Amino acid sequence: MRPMAQVAMVMNLDKCIGCHTCSVTCKQAWTNRSGMEYVWFNNVETRPGQGYPRRYEDQEKWRGGWELNKRGALKLRNGGRIKSLLGIFSNPKLPEIKDYYEPWTYDYKNLTDAPLGDDYPVAEPRSLIDGKPMKVEWSSNWDDNLGGATEYGDLDPMVEKVREQAQQAADKVKFAFEQTFMFYLPRICEHCLNPSCVSSCPSGAMYKRAEDGIVLVDQDGCRGWRKCVTGCPYKKVYFNHKTGKAEKCTLCYPRLEVGLPTVCSETCVGRLRYLGVILYDADKVTEAASTKDEHALYEAQLGVFLDPEDPEVRRAAEAADIPYDWVEAARRSPVHALISKYKVALPLHPEYRTMPMVWYIPPLSPVVDALSETGHDGEDADNLFGAIDTLRIPLEYLAEIFTAGDVAPVRSSLTKLAAMRAHMRAINLGERPDPSVADSVGMDGPEIEEMYRLLAIAKYEDRYVIPTAAVGDAKRLEESAVPDACSLDHVDGVGMRGDGPFGADSGQKQLPLVTIENFHAARRRQTTDDEPDDVREQQ
Amino acid sequence: MKTLLWGGLPYIAVVLLIAGTVWRFRYDRFGWTTRSSQVYESKLLNVASPMFHYGILFVLVGHLMGLFVPESWTDAIGLNEHTYHLMSLYGGTAAGVLAVLGILMLLYRRRTNTPVFKATTGNDKVMYVVLLAAIVMGMWAKLSNSSVSEGYDYRQTIAPWVRSLFTLQPDVDLMAGVPLTYQIHAVIGLLLLALIPFTRLIHMFSAPVQYLFRPYVVYRSRDPKQLGSRGDRRGWERTGS
Repeated sequence: MRPMAQVAMVMNLDKCIGCHTCSVTCKQAWTNRSGMEYVWFNNVETRPGQGYPRRYEDQEKWRGGWELNKRGALKLRNGGRIKSLLGIFSNPKLPEIKDYYEPWTYDYKNLTDAPLGDDYPVAEPRSLIDGKPMKVEWSSNWDDNLGGATEYGDLDPMVEKVREQAQQAADKVKFAFEQTFMFYLPRICEHCLNPSCVSSCPSGAMYKRAEDGIVLVDQDGCRGWRKCVTGCPYKKVYFNHKTGKAEKCTLCYPRLEVGLPTVCSETCVGRLRYLGVILYDADKVTEAASTKDEHALYEAQLGVFLDPEDPEVRRAAEAADIPYDWVEAARRSPVHALISKYKVALPLHPEYRTMPMVWYIPPLSPVVDALSETGHDGEDADNLFGAIDTLRIPLEYLAEIFTAGDVAPVRSSLTKLAAMRAHMRAINLGERPDPSVADSVGMDGPEIEEMYRLLAIAKYEDRYVIPTAAVGDAKRLEESAVPDACSLDHVDGVGMRGDGPFGADSGQKQLPLVTIENFHAARRRQTTDDEPDDVREQQ
Repeated sequence: MKTLLWGGLPYIAVVLLIAGTVWRFRYDRFGWTTRSSQVYESKLLNVASPMFHYGILFVLVGHLMGLFVPESWTDAIGLNEHTYHLMSLYGGTAAGVLAVLGILMLLYRRRTNTPVFKATTGNDKVMYVVLLAAIVMGMWAKLSNSSVSEGYDYRQTIAPWVRSLFTLQPDVDLMAGVPLTYQIHAVIGLLLLALIPFTRLIHMFSAPVQYLFRPYVVYRSRDPKQLGSRGDRRGWERTGS
């Protein structure tokens, strides 16, 4: 057993209203730069829909993720190392900007500068790529809320798959008004346990952080070979066409390191995102990802996760230098609860074999309204359970997205959500909840109420349990503890009296942290024209 | 002039190449990239780029063979001058044609595709002129001095001169009788060598061979020095705020 810690996310799709606040705040924080105009580290797709970039789930075309070779071993779908290097001079499987969308701005100047005429001046769209006037035909979110679904809906690769499976299921996916269905799917980088982007990078510039599992691109190491863009089946690594380097979602690691949730989580209006630590066994990842049966991949990934309550796991975690409060955070982790304890969250496309770490609770919502409309009691357990198989959003479609086509885990997750509704309604009405409802989904009353608290009340401190990076390092960072450098080398210490080559504060300092007093003194010294007395005295 | 061209220029070029590469590695690792334009246009690039790169790699191999394998060695394995000439003529021409066609297609693409052209810097343009000139002059020198029966034997003159550079005793007289086309090609070639670290050509030094030997998934630990806000760079001081 080789335990490692991973910061993972769960999104509760029932609560997503498709407001795109996560996308917009993420864009403002990370990709509002030239060269990244077309890039959305976080995007919200309406499903069914083609997604962003268009039809990214069609791996026959884009060749992302892993597949099993004839001997049953994992192999990059786009080809192994030698094939990759021989083909390094171009990448035929790279999406062009137009597969995402051509970014544009408007010629606002024309509004004020247009000569006097009969027509009202307009601001024409101008391409941000070549600067020419352009016809806006697609964007990151063109098919939002099923816009154009009658025309484009059939292009959704998952719809195609469902239709291949069975006629009965195929009949359920319709795009006629009043017959269709939709839900929102917010997507960020999956920060996979078995990342195919990292494995595709010839330069070795992409890496998974050992402490928290965040997948990052070393901007100084990236040489712009673009293999990662192809390697990622979720198409969540992007090519910055100005700098010639790959960029991707960082899970807002500067925020996580100080205990803050990611920007997309923090600003989520529906409070649907959960962040927490998951302990997993790194030794088991490859074996689990090579599971032959695609339907078994979900269970296989569950098998990779470690139970932080298990004393043996805790001992192993300590031996593996996982800080104590990371293990404690793993015990309180909402993500661990939703994934492993309640088993309501499911991975996105486990069949790509990357072991994704952003999981989703499938949407149940429309079923209650639909039942109520037909005159039934929408929150009665029997009615609900019966209705799940005839959901407006077909189980088969959800299964294609979350469990490689296996309907059972999706049904089980939705049944639990339904049981929770029935149970909580009884409590709200002052009735005694029927224990058989909880029993039928393999839970008990208190457990269901706990899950209800996490899913429905969803307090900030319950949703985000994030241990800071610094706490793990606290011993080293504490000034009072034995420093790993000369104790006289701190600011104003005897060892630091000499000026650096470019003034008093230049050069490398040994200890990064200083006491509050020193911090304020240093800031005063750096930002005021007059030298404070105490500084002058020292000099 | 002779001493400057054949005794000075090569050393200047090599010093610029090495010093420039070290400088680039230390100060501009972020700018060290292929600067691919494939996201703008992919169809033509998928044909032209492998064509050019494979062509130029064969050309490189040819140069290494021609310049660094002395005639006595090939004689020793029983390869006479005529066979060698034919090999270099046909092999070199094939590789050269591949490279020339490739770069012409790439240049056409660069000029006619607006987004690609807009992403072309002045630095790139200078580099393309020198690169194209080096390749074209090389082809011209070879073809104008060769026929199937016999060709100019650079292994008597240019190759020993190049090798003499490495012993720091450049034999500049060897280059005196060399045809002018070869001389121009050599000078442009040296210029190109000097330009490498200062242009996008630098990407040739990051050929990722290590990919063949490393584990698929790379793990790295956080740099403890970079926790929290980063310190100011040496020589820079924060103002205001």
